[in-house]
Amino acid sequence: MEVKILFFGITTDLTGTSAVSLNIEEETTVKQLKNKLISTFNNLKNIHQFAIAVNETYAEDDLVLKNNDTIAVLPPVSGG
Amino acid sequence: MNNTSVLLTDKKLNLQDCYNFVQDPSCGGITLFVGTVRNATQNKSVTLLDFSSYEPMAIKEIQKIANTALKKFSITKIAIHHAVGELQIGDIPVIIAVSSAHRNAAFEACQYAIDTLKETVPIWKKEHFDDGEVWVNSHP
Repeated sequence: MEVKILFFGITTDLTGTSAVSLNIEEETTVKQLKNKLISTFNNLKNIHQFAIAVNETYAEDDLVLKNNDTIAVLPPVSGG
Repeated sequence: MNNTSVLLTDKKLNLQDCYNFVQDPSCGGITLFVGTVRNATQNKSVTLLDFSSYEPMAIKEIQKIANTALKKFSITKIAIHHAVGELQIGDIPVIIAVSSAHRNAAFEACQYAIDTLKETVPIWKKEHFDDGEVWVNSHP
């Protein structure tokens, strides 16, 4: 299945992109996706942590992804 | 009746708009938090800040903070406005205005709103210096 990945903040610099489509296996969890992202975009290792939002909501590691989900890679926020 | 005003904009924020929104005859006080762009970070001179956001989610998260503040504290109205784009020294990236019958609730809600915003709302700032730029809070 296919999901859309959006990058923000420093992760746009680390990956060199702001949006990609990714093919992933059915039943992939957020945790598995994080690992896949790090192996696909090695530079993501360079930040201590990032959060994942699925369809504009913060997602826990055990959430199972669905076809066509929009996934956002969110480095530590710094608004205000 | 909507007691919250949420805004994410690339235009200049307007303090009077926030004040006017929360002002209410039932209120005994209004607290305002105004964030301003500081000219230095860790002794290094800052030239400007560039704010970017995941806009639809940022708006949802700000709305969530406003709704929670209304439930959690005895306040009447709350406005949370945030700017994106390039801001110069002294410019205003964020305004929080809260009105309440009694002052303690307004102070507490205002503090809750800015603290939570800084933790949860998907907005990022890049600090620009004379000799480069840095994403704040990220440590490559």
